[in-house]
Amino acid sequence: MAEEVKTQEFWRWPETHWVNPDIDWEKGELITAGVDVGSVSTQAVIMVDGEFFAYGNTRTGSDSPNSARKGMGFALEKTDMKIEHMDYCIGTGYGRVNVPMAQQSITEISCHARGANFMYGPEVRTVMDMGGQDCKAIQVDDRGKVLNFMMNDKCAAGTGRGMEVFADLIRVPVWEIGTRSFKIQKEPPMISSTCVVFAKSEVVGLLESGMPENDIMAAYCSAMAHRIMELLNRLGVKEKFVITGGIAKNEGVVKRLEKELGIKTGERVWNKKEYMDRGYPFDTQLAGAMGAALFGNALLKMGKAKSARKA
Amino acid sequence: MIVAGIDVGGKNLHIILKKEGQILEKASGPAGIKKAEAVEQLYDEILKKAGITRNDVGRVMATGSSAKRVAFADGSIPDAAADARGVNKLVPSARTVIDVGAEEGRAIKVSPEGKVLDFAINDKCAAGTGTFVEAMSRALEVSVNEMSKIALQSTQTLSTNAQCAVFGESEVVSLIHQKTPKPDIARAVMNAIAGRVASVARIVGLEMDVVMVGGMAKNAGFVDSLKKSIDMNIIVPEDPDFVGALGAAEAALAGVMIDEGKARGLEKETVSEGKG
Repeated sequence: MAEEVKTQEFWRWPETHWVNPDIDWEKGELITAGVDVGSVSTQAVIMVDGEFFAYGNTRTGSDSPNSARKGMGFALEKTDMKIEHMDYCIGTGYGRVNVPMAQQSITEISCHARGANFMYGPEVRTVMDMGGQDCKAIQVDDRGKVLNFMMNDKCAAGTGRGMEVFADLIRVPVWEIGTRSFKIQKEPPMISSTCVVFAKSEVVGLLESGMPENDIMAAYCSAMAHRIMELLNRLGVKEKFVITGGIAKNEGVVKRLEKELGIKTGERVWNKKEYMDRGYPFDTQLAGAMGAALFGNALLKMGKAKSARKA
Repeated sequence: MIVAGIDVGGKNLHIILKKEGQILEKASGPAGIKKAEAVEQLYDEILKKAGITRNDVGRVMATGSSAKRVAFADGSIPDAAADARGVNKLVPSARTVIDVGAEEGRAIKVSPEGKVLDFAINDKCAAGTGTFVEAMSRALEVSVNEMSKIALQSTQTLSTNAQCAVFGESEVVSLIHQKTPKPDIARAVMNAIAGRVASVARIVGLEMDVVMVGGMAKNAGFVDSLKKSIDMNIIVPEDPDFVGALGAAEAALAGVMIDEGKARGLEKETVSEGKG
């Protein structure tokens, strides 16, 4: 009899959602939402009068409208709020024009800049958004407005997708790679192949040669950090410098990038101690959706958009 | 004198045993992870087939991206030089050689004597190499050979966005979901790689006759796309994947030696610096 082979999907990061217990949304005036449909992950953020109310962070499926519905449904799951209660919804990300509940779409570059301004404070000048299939270095002003940006969306090296491919290859859950990459004796030389496809062959060779797994993770994290640094150097890095997106959660990449740049990433402003004590989460993947929800609030306040609330 | 030319590439090994004007044996196999061991094994096999021993071989010349793995080689020559020599032997009128292997795409401008005048290479990115086709054939769930065939049956031209093999795989999957006919997807993939290879070839300049070698030269679907992309005829010699090994064997016969390390008082050949 054939034995059933259980295969774990090591790239499969956990989906999360949260509702702010301190906000009674029915008392709020303006309810705005942002839905960021990325190539790999989809986030929905709901804000009540510009305050963070709820979010859902899910994996993007095969089509954008359903991914947006899934993300929004996940954010609303533990609330009694409905889409009809929302005043304005903005779609962003790679699938932004296919967000069925949105009244408008704004590019993810603008939204990430705005979201980073909210999450890390108005002192932020450089935002590195490390997404699933692209990475962007963005220069912003004190209002979170984009001044300049540079992006790579042609090549999987230096993107979240590249890290997922690596996780699957080395058979280590993607969220453990960062921590494990520091459990080493000595920093190994970085993976020399730029291309993810070639890096895979290189990693197989290293595994074969008996190099410890943690060392290989370190070598991959430094290669990714180096790759991001090249993009940042072309744009120029000004402090306060912050990283958003999924790779921001990988300290193996972040700390090595900080070392190479000689610049520390900036402290978060939102979700400071008092929020943390109350158990508020902080998720770097939310910056785009958060920015979109904030844009919705601002547009309504300025009278540049009309409330779409039906209930 | 009997000589051996050994080409150790990113994915495959090719060996040719030659005695003056005549080829004694040819053999190829996967390079695997332990390339040095794979070389030893294939070399012993080919010697056995030819009915000779290692001592009967007067000179062994290695080439390819992992030429250094041939521990018993008397010397090695760069891939471009091996291609130039091998093609010159088969198609003396060749002025441009395009070599697309598993992990590299290369264009070489050659002289009527088979010397390398200039070359450009892409070894940084899987787009524009055989590995890209392999990845896409997996996504399409057809063999590489099948993919080559069906690409020629395509009836409509699609263009794909993804340049990266990793992203290309997702794109192919979504095209399949949209019920796009497989021949059209296969064609689109071939066109995309041909475009990348053509841009490498344009760095050195395309001059007739254009000869294509390397494993991808056996892929008729790809060669057809490349012909259209460069708008020139392409000559594919017999056994195009053995051309590197043949060039190494020719160099061994000619007594050429480029590798500094093991010089046995052989003539040194200079190769122009590559671009790219």
